[in-house]
Amino acid sequence: MSLPRVHEISIGGIIAEPGSSRRNLTGGWRSLKPVLHDDRCIRCRICWLYCPEGTIKEIKGEFVVKGKKYQYKYEIDYDYCKGCGICAHECPVKAIEMVPEA
Amino acid sequence: MKVVYRAIWDLPVEELFASGHRACAGCGPAIAMRWITKAAGPNTIVVNATGCMEVTTTQYPETAWMLPYLHVAFENAAAAASGIEAAIRTLSAKGLWRAGKTNVIVIAGDGGTYDIGLQALSGMLERGHHVLYILYDNEAYMNTGIQRSGATPKYAWTTTTPVGKAIRGKVQEKKDIMGIVMAHRVPYAATATIANLLDMTNKIKTALEYTEEGPTFLHILAPCPPGWRYPEELTVEMARLAVETGYFPLYEYDHGKVRLNPPTSQIAADPKRKKPLRDWLKLQGRFAHLTDAEIAELEREVAANLAYLSALAKAFS
Repeated sequence: MSLPRVHEISIGGIIAEPGSSRRNLTGGWRSLKPVLHDDRCIRCRICWLYCPEGTIKEIKGEFVVKGKKYQYKYEIDYDYCKGCGICAHECPVKAIEMVPEA
Repeated sequence: MKVVYRAIWDLPVEELFASGHRACAGCGPAIAMRWITKAAGPNTIVVNATGCMEVTTTQYPETAWMLPYLHVAFENAAAAASGIEAAIRTLSAKGLWRAGKTNVIVIAGDGGTYDIGLQALSGMLERGHHVLYILYDNEAYMNTGIQRSGATPKYAWTTTTPVGKAIRGKVQEKKDIMGIVMAHRVPYAATATIANLLDMTNKIKTALEYTEEGPTFLHILAPCPPGWRYPEELTVEMARLAVETGYFPLYEYDHGKVRLNPPTSQIAADPKRKKPLRDWLKLQGRFAHLTDAEIAELEREVAANLAYLSALAKAFS
């Protein structure tokens, strides 16, 4: 990592770019990995609600799972997921499984 | 409380608290921050006292905030927010403020509210600034390594209240911060937890609406896995059990009226619905040393607190 030179740092140390922490991929912290089984998911939005990192992505579209039509699908952003397991613990149908990171 | 979000599907989708922050896995306050920013919306200025959420979200030169954000010291978060609010009011009067109705929110931990920032908070409430003060309570100074604060409950282990022969964890009881805030006769003050997110987001919306009249206050319980010593997947469960066992009652103070919110109102009406406090204590390492007599004592204190709040709700309904 190269550090900025003193004249490149803004006065007062302000950070001008909002949400720049996205450059820091926290996925490497994980020892357990959540795997979402889409066939068991009932689209209740609870994992999305409680994720401290905001890594559960809600994807809109037409999804047919086991003959049922859904307008949403949930995916986990493994770049930032720290593997805390709150989603797996809170899931009412146990559609999220925590597996050891390979 | 005004009900803005009726169901989980009404909640805002736009993320204003970016991923990649350095909070621990399973961080309770991080869930609170995500929903505070979502409920408050983009036209908001956040003033953050030093604490876990400042240290983990703004590691220079990066920030997780997607809102105008000011970091100030432990002592003066409320004072700095008062200044921002006064500046907005003056600029609006001169016609120079073009951003419309801007929310000013203070976010401070329990150390920055119960102990160090109490004087600035009291001053802000007394002067009547139009600011929402949000306290996220993880019940100790977690960011410096679990030292006791005014918010730490009785008998809890921390590094400065060790468990031994002479003392059994913290000797004193948790301070009633809501009582202190209510004594300032603010328009609105409420308690919330990260487990009851619909309740919490509605309270944020209500509080922001009432900041037109004066200062408002929100006390959010946000469990901390390393400090409370429990497995990180239980964060939301911990907050939920804290309410269901009666340890952390959900209630609001609205223009002089005190109202218990569900599920606390149901517990107060029918004590059989209250879960035993042991269910919540036994999951936490900080209470692992408790004897049956000590648990019974804490249980009596919880019941007394619920009875006090029920009487308050009855007297000021």
